[in-house]
Amino acid sequence: MILFGILALLALVFAVFMVATRNAVHSALFLIGNFVILAILYITLGAEFLGLAQILVYAGAVMVLFLFVIAYLSAGTEASETGPALAWQLPLGIAAGVLSLGLLLWGTLGAVLTPTAAPPHFGSLAFLGRALFTTYLFPFEITAFLLLAALVGVVVLVRDER
Amino acid sequence: MNTNLTYYLVLGICLFAVGTAGVLVRKNPLVMFMSVELMWNAVNLIFLAFSRYLADAAGQVFVFLVITVAAAEVATGLGIIVVVFRRRRSLDADRLSALKE
Repeated sequence: MILFGILALLALVFAVFMVATRNAVHSALFLIGNFVILAILYITLGAEFLGLAQILVYAGAVMVLFLFVIAYLSAGTEASETGPALAWQLPLGIAAGVLSLGLLLWGTLGAVLTPTAAPPHFGSLAFLGRALFTTYLFPFEITAFLLLAALVGVVVLVRDER
Repeated sequence: MNTNLTYYLVLGICLFAVGTAGVLVRKNPLVMFMSVELMWNAVNLIFLAFSRYLADAAGQVFVFLVITVAAAEVATGLGIIVVVFRRRRSLDADRLSALKE
């Protein structure tokens, strides 16, 4: 319980700093911190493989890609928050965030759920692998095509037009 | 192992709301994109909490698929941002108003 409290507080602080800081690189670093905390929370929920995948894919590959693009485009990042502002963007955005928070909490906290006892080896690699390669084989194969499509799409998108 | 579902739900919802506010408030498309990633992860956390609570593998499989889709989304999204920057030499979402005229 104490562990969850500390981790939840850290995750929220990292998330708020990620949104609030002016510097895009600092945003990315805060987001990496948030992802690592979330990976620990995944492991406390019994999803060991997904916690490790979270660190490898999100905190590793995805954020390296983000940092690389920030560095590549860094000529424009300093001035990007100083352009002509949309009127009321900041208060309205925060109000929309608070409103969605209230609506989601209101919709969720009334629900009554009874827990089920977890089977042995719940969340282990064998458990997830069996589900992935039997019941959910077709969606799993579809993701392979999705990744291929994304790969080809990016190559077509950013190639030189000469 | 502590599995009190409500705490995980509240944390996931708070992170989702922070991500929503981030997308709406920030003007740097890269930071907006990172806020979307935060929202993905808030939903993943809730998926895993329900998966643990109902002892059902479907939640974990779904998170696995979400991580894959998010990786594809980041690749294409950053590609689009790079192309937009090459064309307009600017990283301000407010100036992307070509469809307005």
